[in-house]
Amino acid sequence: MTAATAPTVSAPAPLTDLVAIRDLDRAQVDDLLAVAAELLPIARRERATVPTLRGRIVCNLFLEDSTRTRLSFDLAAKRLSADVVAFTAEGSSVSKGESLLDTAQTLMALGVDLVVLRTSSAGAPVQLARQLDIPVLNAGDGWHQHPTQALLDAFTLLQHRPSLEGARIAIVGDVLHSRVARSDVELFRLLGADVTLVAPPTLLPTDVSAWGVTTTADLDGVLPDLDVVYVLRLQKERMHRAFLPPTGEYAATWGIGPARLAALRPDALLMHPGPVNRGVELSSAALEDPRCLVQEQVTNGIAVRMACLYRLLAGPRSEAAREVTV
Amino acid sequence: MSGVLLRGGRLLDPASGVDRDADVLVADGAVVAVGDAAAAEAAQRTGVETLDVTGCWVTPGFVDLHTHLREPGGEGAEDIATGSAAAAAGGYTAVSPMANTTPVADTAVVVELVQRRGREVGLVDVLPVGSITRGMAGTELTPFGELHASGAHVDLFSDDGIPLADSLVMRRALQYARAFDVVIANHAQDVALTADAQMNEGATSSVLGLPGWPREAEEVMLARDLILAHGAGARLHVLHLTTAGGVTLVRAARAAGTRVTAEVTPHHLVLDDREVAAFDPVMKVNPPLRTPRDVEVLRAALADGTIDAVATDHAPHGAEHKRQPWEHAPCGMLGLETAFPLVHTELVLAGALDPLTAVARFTTGPASVRDTRGHGGPVVPGAPANLQVFDPEARWTVDPAALRSRARNTPYAGRELVGRTRHVLLAGRATLRDGEVTR
Repeated sequence: MTAATAPTVSAPAPLTDLVAIRDLDRAQVDDLLAVAAELLPIARRERATVPTLRGRIVCNLFLEDSTRTRLSFDLAAKRLSADVVAFTAEGSSVSKGESLLDTAQTLMALGVDLVVLRTSSAGAPVQLARQLDIPVLNAGDGWHQHPTQALLDAFTLLQHRPSLEGARIAIVGDVLHSRVARSDVELFRLLGADVTLVAPPTLLPTDVSAWGVTTTADLDGVLPDLDVVYVLRLQKERMHRAFLPPTGEYAATWGIGPARLAALRPDALLMHPGPVNRGVELSSAALEDPRCLVQEQVTNGIAVRMACLYRLLAGPRSEAAREVTV
Repeated sequence: MSGVLLRGGRLLDPASGVDRDADVLVADGAVVAVGDAAAAEAAQRTGVETLDVTGCWVTPGFVDLHTHLREPGGEGAEDIATGSAAAAAGGYTAVSPMANTTPVADTAVVVELVQRRGREVGLVDVLPVGSITRGMAGTELTPFGELHASGAHVDLFSDDGIPLADSLVMRRALQYARAFDVVIANHAQDVALTADAQMNEGATSSVLGLPGWPREAEEVMLARDLILAHGAGARLHVLHLTTAGGVTLVRAARAAGTRVTAEVTPHHLVLDDREVAAFDPVMKVNPPLRTPRDVEVLRAALADGTIDAVATDHAPHGAEHKRQPWEHAPCGMLGLETAFPLVHTELVLAGALDPLTAVARFTTGPASVRDTRGHGGPVVPGAPANLQVFDPEARWTVDPAALRSRARNTPYAGRELVGRTRHVLLAGRATLRDGEVTR
């Protein structure tokens, strides 16, 4: 596999929390991707579970619905033999985020070693990380960040390309409401890619001057030049709050259907964070296209999350490979 | 009777255009003599205490137009006693508690209660603000005449943080206010444009993924209010102006003859939306912190008089509320104890504002907005002795735990400030003495 770059010579700075991509430097990213590459056979179940995190307790604190991401974190922890406790708080006051910080203090007192937090409150993992002595791993906070998604996206791309340096990547769709877009832009830029945001103006933040990207509403104008098309999920409720007309215009203008599949270069790659609205942002044909990496993204997600848990819990000095081969 | 001679200070009295070294003699609650006559007159009297205020500024006591004392109903965060102490420590002799209490300040009974409680505490004069609409519900008018004729003499009406959305009710409020020549102050925010909004919309909100609070939401409503006030011939006071575009609107309206005054908060003069990046809810405020460019324009507008007054929007909140995730935390920050030191440190010492103008924005400026009843100067014989003595050299670091407010939500924790109020006289009696509140 051409995926991950080799571990850097000098050790990367230790990871105390993983909240936002912008908190990482290049060495830390390279390191996480390298560890993920080593752990990938375990994630794929080609190798057995390893005892690396035996005796450590990971708490999945999911205050927002997310079956897929929670399963991925669950499996990642279990492949490393960590104990997993789930705290879901639908319907309670915690689901509103009101006593989140108190809840987290309780978890720490209960002896939890790491909190994986998924919340609709942007910034809550930042606040939590400030309060807690144990690592906080952001599994998605509002529209803010979803760093493990970005890492798995980069990891997946690097299985198909030697690097992202100079890669032309378009992120298409509802950027405004997307934590995936924010994390991906930061990571793709850090790895040297040229990023274009393609979106209806209502679904683009009003000022992305600090993002280091170009923007356009014209997908067809940029499509033939792209190395990667990263398609975001469009929530249908956007059509009911005047972001978009409540018709098929979005799919016709920004969706990937047969004509755009044909216009896409043969060696281009197509990605989506899931879950897909078939027929809206991606047609069924697009999902079945060999250039579409959606299934690989899901599997790689486990390996990347294993790497993040490992680096946050086992410490920077441990060698993933050595312990893995025990 | 006893008196106080403030000796050796620099008198800054915007109401009489005075900036010169001058002693001030106070007795029986009033200014007795100013300048060379003061010491001579003091020598004629017995029981006059001399306070050496060499190197200090002697100014009228500050007047706050926009204060939340939280009493009645919100005493967990602040009450009239703690808020008054904070005000005295900040150099104030009069504050204007907003109408958003429980119950709302929409009857004479409530405003008289608040004022009476202020008098019992005795640290500042409390000049209540009435609501525009009953219960701040936006539909029926508060009886302006009843509140104006009450013992609290209310001449400023605002539904505080609840924008008066209905243009017809706003127009009628402005028209009706003319009967008593009272002032209407609306929170300029088109709430349809701020649905779910959490911070200023701009480069920072785009990165942080917090729903944006567009400047248009403030400017659209402000433009409407200015147009309605102009048509009604009524007095409009613009609360906490925050955008460069808003400054342009106020300037144009005034040039067109609209009866408009405007205030700005210390935090909108000193902080910008980049502060939100740490997601510390102590920085969450309504209207939100704007951009560095807005800060620059607001400072210039304060200097040139487009903005009449600095008003704190002092808004205490208990830690149990502020330590929530950003989106659930309430808006508001403390302001009374840091307002003038911040303006002094960030604007006066930076050369953006001369000392006399800075003092004016805390004294004559507020007095141009409403009847401040003997506060704000001038400092002349016979005037009420509402004075504060400011040491412009005193360096101090803001320590939330040391503030007089019951709440701790200052955004300036750890910030070093230059200048601090040393003494305050309220009707000739010390309410702050060597930095200590005197009860």
